[in-house]
Amino acid sequence: MGTADMATPETILSVKDLRVRFRTLDGTVEAVKGINIHVNAGETVAVVGESGSGKSQTMMAAMSLLASNGEATGSVDYRGRNLLTLSKSDLNKVRGAKISMIFQEPMTSLDPLYSIGNQLIEPIRRHRGLNAAEAREEALKLLRLVHIPDPERRMKSYPHEMSGGQRQRVMIAMALANDPDILIADEPTTALDVTIQAQILMLLAELQRKLGMAIVFITHDLGIVRRFADRVYVMRQGEVVEEGEAGAIFANPRHAYTKMLLAAEPTGSKAPPPANAPVVLEGRHVEVTFRIGGGFLAGEPLMLRAVDDISIRLQRNQTIGIVGESGSGKSTLGRALLRLLPSDGLIRFGDRDISTADRQAMRPLRRQMQLVFQDPFGSLSPRMTVGQVITEGLLVHEPNLSGKQRDQRAVEALLEVGLDPNARNRYPHEFSGGQRQRIAIARAMILKPKMVVLDEPTSALDRSVQKQIVELLRKLQADHELSYLFISHDLSVVRAMADYIIVMKQGKIVEEGQTEAIFSNPQHVYTQTLMAAAIDVTRFRLSA
Amino acid sequence: MLRYVFRRLLTAIPTLFVIVTMAFFLMRVAPGGPFNQERGLSPEIKANLEAQFGLNDPLWLQYVHYLGNLLRGNFGPSYNMPDFTVTELFAKGLPISVQLGASALILALLLGSVLGTIAALNQNKLGDYTVIALATAGSTIPTFVIAPVIQLLFGLTWKLLPIGGWGDGAFINKVGPVLTLALPQIAIVARLMRGSMIESLRSHHIRTARALGLSDWSVVVKHALRGAILPIVSFTGPAAAALLTGSVIVETIFSIPGVGRYFVDAALNRDYTLVMGTVVVIAIFTIVFNLIVDVMYAVVDPRVRYD
Repeated sequence: MGTADMATPETILSVKDLRVRFRTLDGTVEAVKGINIHVNAGETVAVVGESGSGKSQTMMAAMSLLASNGEATGSVDYRGRNLLTLSKSDLNKVRGAKISMIFQEPMTSLDPLYSIGNQLIEPIRRHRGLNAAEAREEALKLLRLVHIPDPERRMKSYPHEMSGGQRQRVMIAMALANDPDILIADEPTTALDVTIQAQILMLLAELQRKLGMAIVFITHDLGIVRRFADRVYVMRQGEVVEEGEAGAIFANPRHAYTKMLLAAEPTGSKAPPPANAPVVLEGRHVEVTFRIGGGFLAGEPLMLRAVDDISIRLQRNQTIGIVGESGSGKSTLGRALLRLLPSDGLIRFGDRDISTADRQAMRPLRRQMQLVFQDPFGSLSPRMTVGQVITEGLLVHEPNLSGKQRDQRAVEALLEVGLDPNARNRYPHEFSGGQRQRIAIARAMILKPKMVVLDEPTSALDRSVQKQIVELLRKLQADHELSYLFISHDLSVVRAMADYIIVMKQGKIVEEGQTEAIFSNPQHVYTQTLMAAAIDVTRFRLSA
Repeated sequence: MLRYVFRRLLTAIPTLFVIVTMAFFLMRVAPGGPFNQERGLSPEIKANLEAQFGLNDPLWLQYVHYLGNLLRGNFGPSYNMPDFTVTELFAKGLPISVQLGASALILALLLGSVLGTIAALNQNKLGDYTVIALATAGSTIPTFVIAPVIQLLFGLTWKLLPIGGWGDGAFINKVGPVLTLALPQIAIVARLMRGSMIESLRSHHIRTARALGLSDWSVVVKHALRGAILPIVSFTGPAAAALLTGSVIVETIFSIPGVGRYFVDAALNRDYTLVMGTVVVIAIFTIVFNLIVDVMYAVVDPRVRYD
């Protein structure tokens, strides 16, 4: 988006031989290993890499925001001054004024205890010495600039009263409050829904046109890079492996890692099962209602219908993708169908009506209906070995197995998900996100289920790892004629995995059909919006 | 909010009722009675006394009588200090205990928070280790050791403070007991504060504040401290209820005429009315301070809303 004057690009930030080290109990870890990066006035630079590449730590070091056990050497020159050696008070005249930063976590990056107005006014007053009334006017202007509706009222709002997208707009307003030279955006849209991602990126592009600052995008998302960046640095394990003009890198990547990143988009499609395939799980008019508040003298509770009259039919060897943004009720539906949440309506598993089955009655069926969660870090007990984690279900469902037999099953399950069987004697924290997700899948597969609910199983993973997990899930499905309920907000992964798609919004199905039909010819406005946003942002089909 | 407070006060009534009932009957399960002293009263006198206080009535009738009196604000006479009613004993002793307890609590909250914050800001450095060492000492050395040491050093050796006594509430007489009460609490608050401040300083919005170039004062005091104060607020409820209702050890060692001694003395002597009075007072303090804590939560954190 930035069109730097090619004749005389003025370099305003220049990172030279930057090294970042962290002192840990296991010794010193070098996160950034002597890299060189520069930023010219008004241009857009992307620093791309997967988790652990050091891309965030590079910019954290530049801003002196490293964790207390971190240490940076080398130099970060901003207009002739080395930020790494500036005194705290001089540094604080640059941070938030000349160079500012927005972060990945819009939900937690604002102080929950102060109003939006208070938080916006503070940096304005600090850097520009305005009085309270003038700063307030400026704050209102900024909120208008980032298109927050009803800014007067929003000044009094607290962060928890706003959505993720609005909070990120407020963050951007705070970062731009003092007309910076450089805006560092650390994964600014990763935590947001696709439609919101598109809006935030459009906003950043618009603001750059108006205000002319340089933007440094730290991202794993090649779609963003392709659309917005003038120049790209590709980072891997603390080193810059490739750099250059964005167009050139996409057209002709030289480094093997860059090529791998570019090829990491999940591909392929799934054929639907034969029409007469047996139905594994069926829900008719399923509804889930949450009761909020109420009680003694507290008045009527608020009833929230999270799943509203949904019917679904999952056949053997079928994958139904459930697509929707956060809060659409897709995870709640998955849990209700597994009878993990009380619900109304009819639910059948095979030819059994399980709508009213209690815990006791459900227990023998549980092994046939398994669940894999999004968070590969939170869903494995850190105090159990991998072997204990994956064989725990066998203790319940096949209590007659001997310890040796269980161990044998653990070996088989780990081999099946592509892990070394020796993993069973180690603990979950010793594994990467992708490996942990494989462990979680092994835990489900060891029970030989008929169906698995996959709740955003790839969302927390890097693209290249996502692709491997998608391939693993496909292989398991083919080997065991599994049925999947694949819950995801990521359309490209859903497209590769599912043969049938249900689009949910506010607890209701807005559209459903065969995957290719939905993708090639979406009928509902909401589906069209989702597709447009996804294609705009995450696919690199449109040229810049 | 007012509605919420009203509702909480309303629910306090059944709570108190349950506490009073349980205490009443549990106490009667214990063997002995108020007039089974080792001195051995003659059986006639004992019978007279028991008849006078209605202790020969069936238990349920005594209970009904007690509840009736309680509703009229009458805690009854003390069996072992027959010159005083329970109400009079509390009217005299409670203000003393509350003064000492409140001073100790305020001292503990201020000093503990400051120490905890200093430790958090110097995590794993000398300042931190010093505070942790002091806090560990403060919470492990029992009050019955601290109190005599204070008396010995400040009272006998340096003659700075009186050794004991209330002295009609002279400031100098309060220093020793308040310090003794406060020290363990300072230690607890400092440790709590250190932990929650370290967590608060690591949070994302603190990173934002630093990235915006805000001053250290604003980052630490305005943004980190306010978030870190919540665990201290929760701690303050039960701590206030315990401190303000007096301490047996401190009041005994420093010869302070507070109410802390009553609970133990009364329980040992089966002074039923005094035990019940103490239970009711402690229960009311606990309920009120827990309510105050919950209201404070909403004041500090806008995400907490009651309706």
